Amino acid sequence: MKSLLPVLTVVGAILLFWIVSVVPMNMHLTADLAQRQDIAVSPDTPAARQEYSGIGLALRNTHLFGMTYALDRPRLPSPHQVGLEMWDTIALKKITSRRSLVYHGWVTLSATLLGFAIGTGLGILLAVGIVYNKAMDMSVMPWAIASQTIPILALAPMIIVMLGAIGIQGLLPKAVISAYLSFFPVVVGMVKGLRSPDGMQLDLLRTYHASPAQAFWKLRLPASVPYLFASLKIGISASLVGAIVAELPTGARAGFGARMLVGDQYGQPIVTWAALFAAAITAAALVGLFSVIECWTLRRMGMRAA
Amino acid sequence: MTRNVAMHSNVIEASNLDLTFQTNDGPVHALKDVNLEINKGDFVSFIGPSGCGKTTFLRCIAGLETPTGGQISVNGMTPEEARMARAYGYVFQAAGLYPWRTIGRNIKLPLEIMGFSKAEQNERVGRVLDLVDLAGFEKKFPWQLSGGMQQRASIARALAFDADILLMDEPFGALDEIVRDHLNEQLLQLWARTEKTIGFVTHSIPEAVYLSTKIVVMSPRPGRITDVIDSPLPKERPLDIRDSAEFIAVAHRVRDGLRAGHVDE
Repeated sequence: MKSLLPVLTVVGAILLFWIVSVVPMNMHLTADLAQRQDIAVSPDTPAARQEYSGIGLALRNTHLFGMTYALDRPRLPSPHQVGLEMWDTIALKKITSRRSLVYHGWVTLSATLLGFAIGTGLGILLAVGIVYNKAMDMSVMPWAIASQTIPILALAPMIIVMLGAIGIQGLLPKAVISAYLSFFPVVVGMVKGLRSPDGMQLDLLRTYHASPAQAFWKLRLPASVPYLFASLKIGISASLVGAIVAELPTGARAGFGARMLVGDQYGQPIVTWAALFAAAITAAALVGLFSVIECWTLRRMGMRAA
Repeated sequence: MTRNVAMHSNVIEASNLDLTFQTNDGPVHALKDVNLEINKGDFVSFIGPSGCGKTTFLRCIAGLETPTGGQISVNGMTPEEARMARAYGYVFQAAGLYPWRTIGRNIKLPLEIMGFSKAEQNERVGRVLDLVDLAGFEKKFPWQLSGGMQQRASIARALAFDADILLMDEPFGALDEIVRDHLNEQLLQLWARTEKTIGFVTHSIPEAVYLSTKIVVMSPRPGRITDVIDSPLPKERPLDIRDSAEFIAVAHRVRDGLRAGHVDE
């Protein structure tokens, strides 16, 4: 736990920056509100206040600092507002409620996991093909790389509309977009992993007259495990991003993406921020889970995690 | 009948063997006109500077390289057939143990591939671990062993399936001299006990002279044999035999052979 102090220091610094930023970011909104409540504001017309930056206005109205942290619809919510919203929507709401973040989280998570499973399976199959087939090596890799240069935000609505046109709706289109983002790191990692045995190790198997299948199961596959885990950790977070992005353009009514969009469209930044943080925590938990599985697997295999 | 013929013929026989690699800088003559006979039970060392083709020749015997000219037979077969018949065990420069397998399971690797039964596998692992003095290390992972022990485990792996021929490519090259002496001594004992035919690549003159019944001196560009020395040393060889006059005389002849190869350049 030697790293605890530095980690907490960084977290503290970020929180401090956030808390300090709340005042100038919300100052104009706060000043307008204060004026409606007959509190003295300087300068006293909205037009005149527009001449000032957030910081400039804050320095002239230090008595309004407290109010900037308590706006209903702040430009930048304060950490405690986001925290309260999350507590309210995660712990206090029934998980079947449409206002529960757990409910929305599960909607996104189920698409993430399905997409991740499809993407990982596809990635491993493609990697095996690339390693064993010269034609696939030369043809698939450029397309895989090209696929990742297309902004997913442009592609996601097209995929969802097209799948919808052939009658596929709900979980699967979102999972397809998750898979689209997560197969790539798996392909790259697995190709590298399957190719990681050196010439000597392959020659050794030749001296045993081992079949290609034996070389795959006994050498190439186990040798690729550490590479696979590195890829899985990237892939699972990419999957989550994919599922959220898939919820944005289609008017989805549930999921983290839907919550973020609702918050934006109805001017409730606290809702957006709470969904954002819940998504980040979910991603961190998924990556953490894979780190634990990685550690456990590699230890069982007699190797130490890289 | 056929067995009798095999017993009397040479285990390894090469005549007019050529191997030319085509590279971007033109052809490289790795082996040129190599003729050699290795009898059953011989301990043959191949010695020479880098690029003399000693490893390439060993790989030709193993069927890992294909000669571009001449003849080579192993146990009366082509090297490719001998490889498929699992006629030899091969020990590489690095131990090359699988890090995800215990020592015991590393030794089982060839046995699994060759389809030995579970009971047979366990019995053989125990036997070869005894042979290389690693009893009790079966459950350890490679990283828990020293370099010398790892190399011994890799020798055990090559012995596990009881091939008559053991091919070793500078197996002790990366080890320090004390460990190397110890392993050389053990290797001789192992050879005496198992009566295998051993092909051993090295670039250490004392190692070659100490171990071998036959020393093949090679020189580079093109890779070829410059001298074949049948060692007059007895089969029993304590480490201090290296101070005897006979040993020094053989070492001297090897050194002369190596030098002659260099003058040719």
